[in-house]
Amino acid sequence: MILLLQYTIIFASVLTLVALGGCFSEHSGVINLGLEGIMVMGALGGAMAMNMFSSVSNPFLMILIVCLAAVIFGMLYSCLLAVASINFNADQTLVGTAMNLLATSVAAVMVRAFNSSRNPDDVSTILKYVTQKKLFIVRIGGFEFNWMMLIAVVLLVVMYIILYKTKFGLRLRACGENPQAANSVGIDVYKMRWAGVLISGFLGGLGGITYIMSGVSEWKFEAGVAGFGFLSLAVMIFGQWKPQKIALAAVLFGFFRALSNVYTGIGFLAALNIPSSVYNMLPYIISLVVLAFTSRNSAAPKAEGIPYDKGQR
Amino acid sequence: MMEKKKFWQLPGFQTLLTSLICIVAGLFVGFVILFLIAPQGAFEAIVTIVLNFLTKNSVGSMLKALGNTLIKTAPLLMCALSICFCYKVGLFNIGAAGQYEAGAGAALALALIFNMPWYVCLLGAVVAGGLLGALTGALKAYRNVNEVISGIMLNWITLYAVNMVLSSPASKDTASPYTWALTQKNPSAILPSLGLGALFNNNKNVTIAVPLAIIFAIIIWVVLEKTKFGYELKATGYNKEAARYAGMHEKKNIIITLMIGGALAGIGAAFMYLSGFSKWETTMASVPGMGFNGIAATFLGGLHPIGTIFSSFFIQNITDGGSLIDRMLYPSQISDLISGVIIYFCGFVLFFKTVMNTRRKKTDRKGENA
Repeated sequence: MILLLQYTIIFASVLTLVALGGCFSEHSGVINLGLEGIMVMGALGGAMAMNMFSSVSNPFLMILIVCLAAVIFGMLYSCLLAVASINFNADQTLVGTAMNLLATSVAAVMVRAFNSSRNPDDVSTILKYVTQKKLFIVRIGGFEFNWMMLIAVVLLVVMYIILYKTKFGLRLRACGENPQAANSVGIDVYKMRWAGVLISGFLGGLGGITYIMSGVSEWKFEAGVAGFGFLSLAVMIFGQWKPQKIALAAVLFGFFRALSNVYTGIGFLAALNIPSSVYNMLPYIISLVVLAFTSRNSAAPKAEGIPYDKGQR
Repeated sequence: MMEKKKFWQLPGFQTLLTSLICIVAGLFVGFVILFLIAPQGAFEAIVTIVLNFLTKNSVGSMLKALGNTLIKTAPLLMCALSICFCYKVGLFNIGAAGQYEAGAGAALALALIFNMPWYVCLLGAVVAGGLLGALTGALKAYRNVNEVISGIMLNWITLYAVNMVLSSPASKDTASPYTWALTQKNPSAILPSLGLGALFNNNKNVTIAVPLAIIFAIIIWVVLEKTKFGYELKATGYNKEAARYAGMHEKKNIIITLMIGGALAGIGAAFMYLSGFSKWETTMASVPGMGFNGIAATFLGGLHPIGTIFSSFFIQNITDGGSLIDRMLYPSQISDLISGVIIYFCGFVLFFKTVMNTRRKKTDRKGENA
């Protein structure tokens, strides 16, 4: 049971971070289907930093370095989306898909080059971080508390305040609802959309590194992040683009995802003998059903996905 | 003023040019990365990726390798056609990957669990893919669910569902995650070759799938460009309200479009898994790349069914070429990287074309003043 709780919280943290990223991007008017790719890049940055600075033994310093690396990788990668969709009016769905395809192969190529530069015989795409990961974890009884869980909660509050209580947040949301109106009162729509996408890169990158630390101590980068970026999109929609509801949705989805990992250890669930595929499917089925009933009055930002053209009225 | 246009002003030429720009850009990025990893073999590696089967040392093995590439081009082309067809009607069928999975699940389940002959399996794949497409369409038409979002959800749901169905002992060995080989269990489910294999140095896996896929591309082109049905679908895509005003059933059209798209992707899966060499891995935890590579082929082919034939071959060719480069020096994922870069640059196609056309307008205006 403690294991279930632990996995639920760690998965919920990942989903909250990444879905918040998607939420900022969409509120600025850009659909970010590339979250999956951004997560991979964040995970790559963090895991490489853990390997390069493996001698660091101060937990605070290690967490700072790793988070910084993940954030930088995520934000740099999100620039691909920003340039294409904001400055060149590219199809946002297409660019997001390209980013997802690209990230997995870039990560695999980079990890391999990184590994063989340190040991010419090592041609794997696996990074290990067994000792480094321990610095992130504080044991409370049987429960493994990961500092990333706290970071997720803090960022949730910070992002809520930014989105609803600051001038910047109001302007950002205006660009996603009606960019022409926003422009008419002097808001630079291009700048705001860039900000939205970069924030999604920041949060997506952090989500990526958190995800590959949940449960395992090494990661095979050929595998990407197994659809967590897409699940986060579902969380964002389920949470109706609102941070507080996103957090609740993340806990619900995280719970089902955790069940598929640990159900064999829970007596009555193991006895039901339901294949793990069913638990893996459940979050997607639930969100599809909910979408079917709520999409008539969708709370999605009105101008999302539409390239902003200054000359258009 | 209907002057005869210069050849570089023709839309067809512009499409070809932009596709070539995307390819060159992709290959250039790939070359730079290969060069950074190990400069000495970079040029040879990029040439190997592009030439693929032509790098073999005898005509016989070249033909065999070409056959192997064509086998996988057929399913890729079907997925690309699925996406292309829907895109023409204004729908982004990212769910092609899921419809492909559904087709694979149905075809293999019928072949291995029910011991059906190939045409039943093929039909099953068509129905499974089509139903999944129709579901996406119905969600869009009646419940206003964006087809991209529902498509992504259904990709994952279908993946796990197919894993579950094909995990039955009838369809796979308990010791391995892969389904049984059709050659052992049910040879009658393998698509007929009709002697095509002989053309490719007795590559027995080359089946009717290859010519059929090309025929489908031509049919899709004819339907879209030469029939009233295709015109109606495209009109719905351009402007839903106007189409309804003109007496078209826009809801029905959305569902039919995605159903056809789903059926095409389902056929693609049948072409892949009924060729007798590929097996489904029941522990797969990521959506198969075929549907996403189909997006690459669609846009690289200039959103034209005939162009898609060539772009599908190109994408599959560099993917196979990537497996021929020196594995000790370079990672094979480099070809995925190149296709990724190519799709990314395809996003800029609209921009390239605008630039070309504004330059044209400027020069036209100069001519008028003089």
